[in-house]
Amino acid sequence: MLRFKKNKTAAKGGALFPYPRFLKSLVPYVLLFLLSCLAPTSLQAKNKVLIAAASDLQFALESVILAFKALEPSITVEGVYGSSGQFFTQIRQGAPFDFFMSADISFPEQLLEQNHAVAPVMPYALGRLVLWMPAKKGKTIEMLDLLDPSIGKITIANPRHAPYGARGKEALMHLGLWDTLQSKLVFGENISQSAQFVQTGNAQAGLIALSLVLHPRMQAEGAYVLIPAEYHLPLLQAMVVTRKGGSNPAVKKFVNYLQSKEALKILARYGFTPPGQGVIP
Amino acid sequence: MNFTAADIQALALTFRLAITVTIILMMGGIPFAWWLTRTHLKLKAPLLALCTLPMILPPSVLGFYLLLAMGPAGPLGIFTEKLGLGTFAFSFGGLVVASCIHSLPFMLQPLVQSFEGVSVQYLEVAAMQRAGLVQQFFRVALPLSKNGILTAAVMTFAHTVGEFGVLLMIGGSIPGKTRVASVQIYDYVQAFEYAQAHRLALVLLLFAFSVMFVTHGLRTKRDLI
Repeated sequence: MLRFKKNKTAAKGGALFPYPRFLKSLVPYVLLFLLSCLAPTSLQAKNKVLIAAASDLQFALESVILAFKALEPSITVEGVYGSSGQFFTQIRQGAPFDFFMSADISFPEQLLEQNHAVAPVMPYALGRLVLWMPAKKGKTIEMLDLLDPSIGKITIANPRHAPYGARGKEALMHLGLWDTLQSKLVFGENISQSAQFVQTGNAQAGLIALSLVLHPRMQAEGAYVLIPAEYHLPLLQAMVVTRKGGSNPAVKKFVNYLQSKEALKILARYGFTPPGQGVIP
Repeated sequence: MNFTAADIQALALTFRLAITVTIILMMGGIPFAWWLTRTHLKLKAPLLALCTLPMILPPSVLGFYLLLAMGPAGPLGIFTEKLGLGTFAFSFGGLVVASCIHSLPFMLQPLVQSFEGVSVQYLEVAAMQRAGLVQQFFRVALPLSKNGILTAAVMTFAHTVGEFGVLLMIGGSIPGKTRVASVQIYDYVQAFEYAQAHRLALVLLLFAFSVMFVTHGLRTKRDLI
């Protein structure tokens, strides 16, 4: 009791703690909060895999991660989706990604050459382009539909820097449509922005990735037709572990899983067939 | 420095957009700001909040809403299609609409500020000399707010030149139509053409510096009230 009194006077005098008394009661909570900030991050870091993935993997990789989570609940895998070229630059500048899945094999190869990644570069799929249009169920579409006057805007990814865009341009050139359609073309920043332009109705057709179109939500909204693979250079997609991820055992586990039958099956469901196995017609 | 034809086209487009937006916002913004300063409506505070909202709103929010609104199923899209203008996304008109919304606070803020500085006494004196409301505005308020109006115009112009996120989301990067300088720089960087990006970026940097330099000059001069 005496002690308590002493404390009280000290607080009143304000020499030790020159703030209103109610603040003092907050001190333990503040300390607890600060501690809680520290704890989980240091725990998580060991069991966390951060992936930079091309935006055509948006749906497929999420399914793979979900399946992996069921096997290894202690490991957190997170995917960040965007343009492969952008990730390439970011990883070179020291971005904290453990693993890079690119839409174009040239980026992982360059990272390896420049010592920002660990060998080997693993090709995982051949990407496929489709023509996608909003349409009633069961309706079939073909490339020449692009010439229809009801098609106001056609979107492809920007051919200057997006792999799918460059291949899309080649396909249109192969068909002799590139110049004809010039005034109808709008460019997406990456392949998923192109998909989004069509989805919102702002463009009436798009050359986008098969992997995006195979998602149930997208399938319900439109019809697609595969663009023959020989119309353009191959979209060889490859992945690589970054130098930062090289020392992370969780990354190794995930990479092993990615090459398992189960994961390949999931990827195949989204149209990612392994490069060795030829292309689906 | 040798610019490519595409760079010149992008710069010209940027300035065309900025001039259009500045003129539109001046015509609407000056009377609106004057009304806002004079009115005693309770609606004033929420209206001002709404109009200055784009200043702190992430461009992605604005871009997302605009993309949906401009589509054929969106309210704006339905409206423009009824007028026979088609949908507005991926067009210069679309950029103008987006930029007008995004730059509105930069027009209103300086205008309201300087209109508020116009003392009621001056207006009353003018009224005693039989100046009508319109004359009070044109002969008294406007000349007294000269610097504020200039600041508003310069800031609106500059902010439109500096626009990027919204335009990326609704523009579609069409050369000569929607590929403005900031988007062109982004495309260069994405394509690893850093030398090209540097050139264009330097132009915008120098432009932005001169704008800020001028505005600060205007601020220190202040309107003589």
